[in-house]
Amino acid sequence: MTIAITAKAEGLGAEVDLRFGRASWFVLYDTETKTARTVDNRQSLNTASGAGIQAAETVSREGARCLITGHCGPNAFRALSSAGIKVYNGAAGTVADAVAAFAQGILKEASSADVAGHW
Amino acid sequence: MTVAVASGKGGTGKTTIAVSLALSREEPATLLDCDVEEPNAHLFLHPSIEETRPVELLVPEVDAALCTGCGACSRACRFHAIVTLGTEPLVFPELCHACGGCALACPTRAIREVPFRIGVVERGRAGALAFAQGRLDVGRAMAVPVIRALRSTRQEGAGFTVIDAPPGTSCPVVASVRGTDVVLLVTEPTPFGLNDLVLAVGMVRSLGIPFGVLINRSDIGDAAVRDYCAGEGIPVLLELVEDRRIAEAYSRGVPALGAVPELAPRFRLLAESLAGLASGRSVAVSA
Repeated sequence: MTIAITAKAEGLGAEVDLRFGRASWFVLYDTETKTARTVDNRQSLNTASGAGIQAAETVSREGARCLITGHCGPNAFRALSSAGIKVYNGAAGTVADAVAAFAQGILKEASSADVAGHW
Repeated sequence: MTVAVASGKGGTGKTTIAVSLALSREEPATLLDCDVEEPNAHLFLHPSIEETRPVELLVPEVDAALCTGCGACSRACRFHAIVTLGTEPLVFPELCHACGGCALACPTRAIREVPFRIGVVERGRAGALAFAQGRLDVGRAMAVPVIRALRSTRQEGAGFTVIDAPPGTSCPVVASVRGTDVVLLVTEPTPFGLNDLVLAVGMVRSLGIPFGVLINRSDIGDAAVRDYCAGEGIPVLLELVEDRRIAEAYSRGVPALGAVPELAPRFRLLAESLAGLASGRSVAVSA
């Protein structure tokens, strides 16, 4: 299974970005092969609105089934749910920390958006 | 004649100047408040609103029975207002620019367009002045359609019309300024004022509309705005010094001309200068 983690830089050592739509990078971690690759999302900085929806399209296209991030707004949550992607909020530290917390079941699956749009 | 009062920088006095220009007229005039995200000219004109009309966009609605989930609609939308991630598209109406492209792209005609309210246009009178303003609903982002609906009013073009434009240089400003006869750029003589004036000049030049500058609170700041205008051959049509009476009147919802009536002839001269610019004549500059 592939999980996407919002990140401020590339790779597992990067700090988790608390934003989803406007995170600079998405680290995609494969839980079977235990390997990671990084997708560039910096174009979102030029988007006035709809960044969360666009980001949901990106992680869906990359095959993610779960998203780990800090917070998730209503449009992004709706798009992710439609794509069947589960959302885990409240991550912190490095991407590797977040993956470990996810594996230990510390992160809880969100049932709705936890912040308003453009928080 | 239609005059747009615009500025790059916010807070330079656009509304104060637009209201003064309109109120200084001796013949009937019209004021359109195109700053639909936060219209405030009404605070000084206290108009009676006689008509309120909703502004609606046509946004897509998907018929699940006809939709095959092919995603053609989403590929046609550059604003991510309709996305297909699961079996059928999701619509985000607040992001929709109402171009109708998704409905055209749909091979099974599963999309019909339905009205979606984004704001209102209000019309009325303030004494001898005809008044209209747009008001974007809270949570909506599409200012331009509200501005277009406001400007399609029969009032514009009939006699002397003043448009109070939003600040900045982006789409809502272009929608407010495009097609007017002349633009008055209100600025202040500070580095911020100059920086944003330069951007606004670039916008108005690319629209090909004659324009002049009004330097408000002209006794603060530095000489850089005047130097810039001189170097670019931009007429400075009026300079107004800072005046506490205007600020106090503003805080009570009283127009500047109510507090300082002796400014009225200067605004009438300003209107003449603007008419001169609009007709391509050289202008008398009153500094």
